[in-house]
Amino acid sequence: MNKQMSMLCPKASRVIRRISTSSLRCDSQPQPRAKSAPQQLVGVVGLEVHAQINSNTKLFSGSSVRFSAPPNSLVSFFDASLPGTLPVLNKRCVEAAVMTGLALNCTINRKSLFDRKHYFYADLPSGYQITQQRQPIAVDGTLTYSLLGGTKRSQVIRKTVNIKQIQLEQDSGKSLHDDLRSQTLIDLNRAGVGLMELVMEPDMSCGEEAAAAVRELQLILQALGTCQGNMSEGQMRVDANVSVHKPGEPLGIRAEVKNINSVRCLARAIDYEIQRQIEVLQRGQTVQNETRAYDSKSGETIPMRDKEGLQDYRFMPEPNLPPLIVYEDNASLPTGIDACQAVVVHKIREGLPELPGVKRDRLVQTYGILPEHSFTLVNEDGLVEYFEAVMKVTKKEPRKVIGWVTNELLGHLKEKDMSVSHSPSDSKLSSRIDERRNW
Amino acid sequence: MSVISIAAKRGLSLKIIRPWCNLLTNSASSTRVTCLWSSTKVPEAATWEPVPESQLPPPVQVPADLVDKLERLALVDFRTKQGLDCLEKAIRFADQLHVVDTSGVEPMDSVLEDRALNLRGDAVVEGDCAEELLQLSKNTVEEYFVAPPGNIPLPTREERTAMLKHSEF
Repeated sequence: MNKQMSMLCPKASRVIRRISTSSLRCDSQPQPRAKSAPQQLVGVVGLEVHAQINSNTKLFSGSSVRFSAPPNSLVSFFDASLPGTLPVLNKRCVEAAVMTGLALNCTINRKSLFDRKHYFYADLPSGYQITQQRQPIAVDGTLTYSLLGGTKRSQVIRKTVNIKQIQLEQDSGKSLHDDLRSQTLIDLNRAGVGLMELVMEPDMSCGEEAAAAVRELQLILQALGTCQGNMSEGQMRVDANVSVHKPGEPLGIRAEVKNINSVRCLARAIDYEIQRQIEVLQRGQTVQNETRAYDSKSGETIPMRDKEGLQDYRFMPEPNLPPLIVYEDNASLPTGIDACQAVVVHKIREGLPELPGVKRDRLVQTYGILPEHSFTLVNEDGLVEYFEAVMKVTKKEPRKVIGWVTNELLGHLKEKDMSVSHSPSDSKLSSRIDERRNW
Repeated sequence: MSVISIAAKRGLSLKIIRPWCNLLTNSASSTRVTCLWSSTKVPEAATWEPVPESQLPPPVQVPADLVDKLERLALVDFRTKQGLDCLEKAIRFADQLHVVDTSGVEPMDSVLEDRALNLRGDAVVEGDCAEELLQLSKNTVEEYFVAPPGNIPLPTREERTAMLKHSEF
């Protein structure tokens, strides 16, 4: 266990400021100096990811999904919960959820059910959210991600996180707080947009692991086209459930951390929270089961205004929606069913694009580059295509091209604040490479 | 089977049947009409029996803090002791369901369970009615709906009683 722990998060001190490495588990130095406690408290992290489905219309209504639009202009009568309106499920959202489930090795439930989750808030006009709590569309998956470890951060360590379930649910509207006039302005453009909630098991132990897992998930969703994964635009929202315990003992009380706007903030917020909880326990106090918000300016988590104690959502089956049935293959379709009414898992499985993990392995195999370089290539949008285009026109060794790409090209683009897709075309490229003959 | 009973089964009302019956049988006798009544499936006396108390689980007493929680979550108002009694009676009535043996039976959660869920194509057909929606709200600011800064907590029981003292309900 200790050996595994030391491999987990080496050089964590680089990521975390102000945290004493002695009590944080993610340690490159394997072992102990004499301590008062015989066993160290370790962090346990479980993530809940809400990914906005990349579709033209919302989950249950035919209004448009767009990032910025005049307030309340993308709202249908159903989204505003006017009486007499009913939900009609969007086929694209079901296909997106099935695709994501297949990419994450989940079991797709042939029959899934919708439920209502009740709570009162101004941005939820109906007073309930339609979600899939009892029987979601996909369960029991795995997300494989990699960390760069070892002394030079060149060793690729593969880890997996179990995915408990993927469910379809509605998004709520947006509320803008006007503290000056003591009011909240409500924009329902986002209300009703389809979300995939991915619930992960608490298999991770520090911020670096969580950040790597989320980054990999982002790449997978972007490759599938089911979510654009832009955290700053709110297309993918991550909440972390953090607790600490001594290995082997039952899990500690967890706190939920919200308001995380980027992958880097995620790592910092989790590490701060783990350290905070360890300090609370070392002082002899107990950790509260509460919701905390991450403040990126101070790097701390602050308790959110406690709503009304523990929420009771009074889950009930959604009476307006029959069970959702997806079919395994064309043979299992009932007779007389319209093709546009059927979601066939087999067809979706065949149409899955190349996932990032597979792409990296292929690059290593085909070009003989180092695994950590394949990470750099896949991480940057459009860089793989660029690299492959360069490899077609040049006679240089792949490793040399990689060196140029990672050092010169990326540095150059960062300076000019451009992305790979905007950089010069192939013809200029081969001349540029020939200029670099001396390497 | 007599013509009249066939007609009755088809849903024709007695008013229509009687003159027709006169036409057919040449008699306005009420014996024909009586056989309509005697073939009804409705029993003359009640045949169900109330479930004996012994078969029901012990009566549930709803504690005061649970009542407060329900009032807060569902925004219902049990108001007086009478309201609470009504709640407990309703729970007792539902307790009769415990007598039914449901082992090995899948619970039904929707009357639509044998219907197909209709899937919609991903084309934009609605929206763009901001003006109409905003007109529904009393208080709007520049195309936004206005709400109080947070949820307004439900007043305590004493405060509610004071507020509603002069209410007619």
